[in-house]
Parts: sequence; C-alpha cells; structure tokens
Amino acid sequence: MSLFDIAFYFFALITVASAALVVFSRNIIYSAFALLFTFFGVAGLYALLGADFVAVAQLLIYVGGILVLLLFGVMLTTKLVSVDMKTGTLQALPATLLFAAVAGALSGVYIITDWNVLAGAPDAATTAVTIGDMFLTTWLLPFEIASVVLLVALVGAAMIARRDARSKPTQQAAL
Amino acid sequence: MELLIPVIKISVVLGVLLGVVAYTVLVERRVAAAIQNRVGPNRVGWNGLLQPLADVIKLVMKEDIVPKQANRFIHDLAPMISMAIALITFAVIPFGDSITLFGQAIKLQIASVNIGILYILAMTSLGVYGITLSGWSSNSKYSLLGGLRSSAQMLSYELAMGLSVIGVVMIAGSLELDKIVQTQHGWMWNILLQPVGFVTFVVASFAETNRHPFDLPEAEPELVGGYHTEYSGLKFGLFFLAEYTNMVTSSAVITTLFLGGWQIPYIGLAGLPAFWVSILQVLAFCVKVYLLVLFFIIIRWTIPRFRYDQLMNLGWKVMLPLSVLNLLVTGLVILYL
Repeated sequence: MSLFDIAFYFFALITVASAALVVFSRNIIYSAFALLFTFFGVAGLYALLGADFVAVAQLLIYVGGILVLLLFGVMLTTKLVSVDMKTGTLQALPATLLFAAVAGALSGVYIITDWNVLAGAPDAATTAVTIGDMFLTTWLLPFEIASVVLLVALVGAAMIARRDARSKPTQQAAL
Repeated sequence: MELLIPVIKISVVLGVLLGVVAYTVLVERRVAAAIQNRVGPNRVGWNGLLQPLADVIKLVMKEDIVPKQANRFIHDLAPMISMAIALITFAVIPFGDSITLFGQAIKLQIASVNIGILYILAMTSLGVYGITLSGWSSNSKYSLLGGLRSSAQMLSYELAMGLSVIGVVMIAGSLELDKIVQTQHGWMWNILLQPVGFVTFVVASFAETNRHPFDLPEAEPELVGGYHTEYSGLKFGLFFLAEYTNMVTSSAVITTLFLGGWQIPYIGLAGLPAFWVSILQVLAFCVKVYLLVLFFIIIRWTIPRFRYDQLMNLGWKVMLPLSVLNLLVTGLVILYL
C-alpha cells in the first residue's frame, strides 16, 4: 500500500464514519459537529486528487460558512438540543423506493460518465487558473445563473428577517 | 534528509512563534502600563522579563473547572481547536527567500502551497469554531452570547477580508504567497498599490482576531469573560495564547500581502554576499511583523470598543462596498494601463 492509498483510506474512513454519525446521532448538535468532519474528509479527498482549488473552496464555503450558520441555528434554538431525535424506521416502502432511485441514479452517473483517469499521481500545478478561465468562457451562463439563484436566496432571507420589523420597530434584528 | 529539513523548519518556526507569543503578552502589559501611566509587571526577573514563565506556571498549576451542565467533550476540544488553527496558518507564510546552508538551497517557508491565500482564508474561517463551540459547550448565557457574537462578527468581516485580498491577487497574478512577495520588489509594495485594500484588510484582521475595537465576544462589562467565562487553568491559557498567536499570524499575513514580506527595497545595490542578504531579509520580515503587533497593541489601549450594531453597520455598509469598489478600480486600472 503506497502513501497515497493510506491517505485515501484515512480520509475515506473519516468521511464515511462521520457521515454515519450525522445520520444516526440522537443529539442534533453532535450531528452538526460530525458534519464538520465529513466536509473535512471530503476536502482531503479533493486535495488528494490534485483539485487544490476545490478542496480549499470546500473548507472555505461548507466548513467555514454553511456549517457555522447551521451550528448557529442549532445553538439559538436551545430547546431542540435536549430533544431526542427520532432515528427509528418510518415508512419503509417509500424509503426503500427512494433509496433505490437515488442509488440507481448515482450508479448510472458513475458508469456513464467518461472519467478523466490519470496514469500517475496528479501534477502539482494549480487548477485555479483553468477553473477561472472555464467559468468566464465556456461555463459563463451556468455560473451567472448560479449567482442569480444565490441573489434570490439572499433577497428572500432578508424579506423573511424583516417581515415584522415595521410592526415592532424597537426589536432589532441584531443579537 | 528530505523529511529532516521540513521537520527542522517546523520546529524552529513553532519555537520562535510560541516564544514571541509568550513575550507579546508581556509587551502588551508593559505598553498598556506605559499608556496608562503605570509601571506594569516588573518584578519577575530583570524588568519583568521572566513574567511569561511565571504566568505559564500559574496557569498549569490552576484547577481545571468544568461546569456541571457543560458538554465535557466539546468543552475540552474547543481551546485545542482555537490554538491549533492559530498555529496552522503560519505554515504557508514565507519568512524569507531561499538560503544556502551546507551547499543546499533551503526555502524559508514551511509549505509552498499553490493556493496559499485561499488556505489562509479557509483557516481563518475555521477559527470561529473554537470560539462558537466553547461558547455553546459551557452551557452559560454569557459564554453562549459571546460565542454567537463572535461567529456573526467573523462571518461578516470574512467577506470584506476575502474581497480586499483579491486586489492583491490580481496584481500578483498568483495565489501563491511567495510569488506575491516576489512581485513586491523595489518600491512596489502593495500598501502603495492597494491603499484601500490595505485599510479594509487591516480592519477586517482586527475583527477576525477579536482584538480591540472589535472585542465584543469577550466584552467584560456586558458578558463577564465572553466565550471563555467558564474556562480556567490551562484551557483558559490556550484561549489566551490563541488570541496572541492569531495577532502575530495576522501581522505576518498583512506583512506578506501588503508590506513586501521579506523584501528590503534595493538591497541588491549594496552588493552584500547572498547569505547575509537572506539573513537580513528574515530580520526585515520579523521587524515588520513586530511593528504591526505593536500597532495592534497600541490600538487596543487607545480606541474604545464598538457597540454591536455599529460593528455590523461598519462591516456590511462600509467595509463591504469599499472593498468591492476597490476591486472594481483595481480591475479597471489593470485592464487599461
């Protein structure tokens, strides 16, 4: 087993084990906390594959941004913390069907896609330049549409947060 | 041999960093005393020079108290996260050009990462976990509020920080920190090319390190000790050290991005041997970083704390538009000049 393999199995183990904890944990804060390690493991896998930019973007956006907001929400809703999460089995048949559909779709994508397989270890050159070029030439339209979606989400969040600001002017949105 | 050089580099940098951090605590107390017309700690050793040692011994000997209702595991983990992340960031900072020792060129940087700047931003954004988790796990209202304030503050200022870095990246045309330093030769330091970016980055750095005037997460009059109210002994010590490590690391990042890193303008004209040039450059880096640390300290003792809404207003309504404008102007200048 080469060093690369050891690193791969290490990160894969972190990802899968913590993902299992996210799903099976009865304490919602532990679930959120385990998600940190899932994201971290995935970032490690990206880095191993030579996708340096994607790996750091994963840390920056998912770990540093989204998960903090998630923890934020969990902490502010303190009553949730002491509630046991249900982890039993409900509605077995629809769940099985959905699972089969998702698993089928993912396997299909895995088989159909023409993967870019490298012969040796990925080279150490940065991928940031290529990604930037692609975003602003070939994939400009999807890139811009994604930004519009984010803008809509932002406006929507502001709307929800400000809704009762007029009726209760004394209450600040801040902490 | 291949493994030996990085190990030596890591040990030296870690040792120097921790030493500097310990003495920065003393410097802070002495500067504060001077500003407030007091004497400050001067009893342990000559002029108080052994004070950091005494402080560490005191912290180690103290009892570690954990609140009964606290979440023990996360309560223990949080200070470790804070400290580890504060130290990890230093790994990508170039503190000198390469130096030739025993016939071998050694790069004076622990790890040259392709995307060094993004790595720094990612690590800074992880720093919020130590504080948030400590605030939550203590199960105390002061800690929780301190932790929440800190996460909101850091998330808000991260944006301005990231945007003001982009200007520097555009000028250097690279995300690698050593390349960014190399482009700042002669007079072309980024502080002159990117004055607005420099100001927004420094302000954002103050907010990210939770230093005055942005130290609301631990504002004593309202929140007792903030997120570390329920910490004692060595765990409190770790938070304390992490704050100062963050300060030194931020100063190093500011130096690298805006103050020319290890560059000494026009040192090539002096005709010194290469070895001594390298040594002088490392010294120049240290001097620049420490002047910034002193700046951090002096600000703390001269400017009052912001109110929470002022902090958020500054972050979203001043810093963010300013850094976007800076980005736009930089882009136009690079395109048309």
